[in-house]
Amino acid sequence: MFRQYLDKISGVEVYPMFSLMVFFAFFVGLIWYVAKANKAEMDIISKIPLNNDQPENL
Amino acid sequence: MTIEKFSYDNKIVRNFAVATFIWGIVGMLVGLIAALQIPFPGLNMGEYVSFGRVRPVHTNAIIFAFVGNGIFMGLYYSLQRLCKARMFSDTLSKMHFWGWQSIIVLAAVTLLGGHTTGKEYAELEWPIDILITLVWVVFAVNMFGTIIKRRERHLYVAIWFYIATVITVAVLHIVNSIEIPVSLWKSYPVYAGVQDALVQWWYGHNAVAFFLTTPYLGLMYYFVPKAANRPVYSYRLSIIHFWALIFIYIWAGPHHLLYTALPDWAQSLGTVFSVMLIAPSWGGMINGLLTLRGAWDKVREDVVLKFMVVAITAYGMSTFEGPMLSLKSVNAISHFTDWTIAHVHIGGLGWNGMLTFGILYWLIPRLYQTKLHSSKMASFHFWIATLGILFYAIPMYWAGFTQYFMWQEFTADGVLKYPNFLETVTQIMPMYKLRAFGGALYLVGAISMVYNLVMTMKAGVLNENEATEAPALEKLTVEPAGHWHRWIERRPIQMLLIATVVILIGGLVEMIPTFMISSNIPTITVVKPYTPLELQGRDLYIRDGCYTCHSQMIRPFRHETERYGEYAKAGEFIYDHPFQWGSKRTGPDLLREGGKYPNLWHYHHMIDPTTMSPGSIMPAYDYLADNDLDTSSTGPKIRAMISLGVPYPKGYDQIANQDLMKQANEISADLKKNGAGIASNKELVAMIAYLQRLGTDIKANKTEVTN
Repeated sequence: MFRQYLDKISGVEVYPMFSLMVFFAFFVGLIWYVAKANKAEMDIISKIPLNNDQPENL
Repeated sequence: MTIEKFSYDNKIVRNFAVATFIWGIVGMLVGLIAALQIPFPGLNMGEYVSFGRVRPVHTNAIIFAFVGNGIFMGLYYSLQRLCKARMFSDTLSKMHFWGWQSIIVLAAVTLLGGHTTGKEYAELEWPIDILITLVWVVFAVNMFGTIIKRRERHLYVAIWFYIATVITVAVLHIVNSIEIPVSLWKSYPVYAGVQDALVQWWYGHNAVAFFLTTPYLGLMYYFVPKAANRPVYSYRLSIIHFWALIFIYIWAGPHHLLYTALPDWAQSLGTVFSVMLIAPSWGGMINGLLTLRGAWDKVREDVVLKFMVVAITAYGMSTFEGPMLSLKSVNAISHFTDWTIAHVHIGGLGWNGMLTFGILYWLIPRLYQTKLHSSKMASFHFWIATLGILFYAIPMYWAGFTQYFMWQEFTADGVLKYPNFLETVTQIMPMYKLRAFGGALYLVGAISMVYNLVMTMKAGVLNENEATEAPALEKLTVEPAGHWHRWIERRPIQMLLIATVVILIGGLVEMIPTFMISSNIPTITVVKPYTPLELQGRDLYIRDGCYTCHSQMIRPFRHETERYGEYAKAGEFIYDHPFQWGSKRTGPDLLREGGKYPNLWHYHHMIDPTTMSPGSIMPAYDYLADNDLDTSSTGPKIRAMISLGVPYPKGYDQIANQDLMKQANEISADLKKNGAGIASNKELVAMIAYLQRLGTDIKANKTEVTN
């Protein structure tokens, strides 16, 4: 029932396509960099929470 | 490389921890009272402790006081260690702590006093909104200051979640709280009707996302590896989890408005993105649970891990359920019923509650350099809390389904099988009692935790300033060759900006078209602004939280139009600042209430609901008949409405009270004629005027209304 109001917005046709492209580009980029990430460095970063001199087992 | 000596501020962490468990008990206790008020309406003790005011106190206390302080506790502890730096400024830390606690106290007092904006989880009035903004800025400066002076080059994934939280909560809070003050404790939102609903649920949904979820995921990524003493299962997965989650979450708000008068495309957008949310959410859950791979034997012994496993599992369950509830056919059942209540409590009691408890049991002994007072008692807490969740959730699921199927059942003759709404409520009364029992179990567990932690604190000594040392971070003269994400992982400000852009995309895509529609919103000619008396009555309706039990949104279903009347149109709500669609029907919908009953019925029903509707669980609003209506506010209210574009004639604010008294006298005379004497200057008269107005614009109009 709202279609007629939306239709009054000029150029509204590109809206869904534009949204889809933004979305698609975002995830392609995301997957791309995760796939290319350096494994060794990731391991180092993931250990940051464990690197401190606190007694671990109380 | 120089080694620098410094210390971690543990005192601020302890302060937030204590605030977490104190407000936790308060919030749960208030929740229990609200839960008991439904099966035992006698517990609605007068104006200040009736359900409509108690329920917002419960939700605000749990979200912003219990979980809020829980966030700050975990964040202040983990951020210092992840950055190898003390918090940026002790003064800012203290301002943050005391500022936040004073907001909580002000919130409790004003909400019980009836000062509310009437928008769920954003009920606080404008002076408190400003205070929240200021305190949030203090927090943000303190956090970014710490990140900037860090001694660890990489920003661990937990910090990204904190950054996204800080920026998004700020955006949500400001956009949803734009309001015109009428007096010190009263304001109207600038948005009306459909737009107000969209902004509100964009806020409401993302308050769940960025207050109850992302900061707690940050805590999960820090404390689960700490408690299990092993790194997170997959750091790559955590990167995908983060970006996908903040990107998608922000779009999903409209799933709270399925089948309402919100434009169809926005509803579909909400559904699509909600379904997609399963992927990052489950990625995060799997990442959390698999962190414990090879350490499951520890889960059997370590109560901290037990709490964390249940928390992450509850996160997985509610993030599976959420997308399912966003499917229109499922939402038809869950919306307005107790299914939603069950869903949010799997998240609240399971995810937020259990993770908070786990962190507290891990943290307090470490801050106090001692062992936990009693692991047995903590284990008791774990089991009673788990049992409490089951006793809470299962009856609510049962109640939700039962009530929906009663609502929509027709007889063979094509009439509603249960035309009396109350029948569908009395049917599920045992479920409400069971739910309260479940809540009580959970509360007992939490009380045992407080005792256990206080005894632990007594036995140990707080290590206020934990001495430590770390190499200073040297300036990189040559940027090491590497991946670009390494680049951003070292730059908090750029990370902040990119995260902001990512969250704004979804928000803007949703809102721009809806606001563009505002220029040609389907004005239905018969829809007129409220009269001054109706406007005053509407504000009483908001004040007493009627929206917590009554919706004003008839969905286009046969059983709803049959029961309540013509379904809701977007154009009906253009003067509704704020919208009052509601989210839960403990009582019937009121959109077309006007003219359904005579004034006298409302008079008796408000003073004692059971006289008109035997067995009703509605609180008595007898004080409305005693309180004088404050007519001094009429002028400023009309002026505020005019400034928001409501078409009252010029200068109407000066003479509005004449019209108000005229209408009040008419109602009072009508009541008198029918044997109920009430002075025309009482609040009850304004309330009746508003209730009699509801939905009549469309009802009175015999020609078909399309929009």
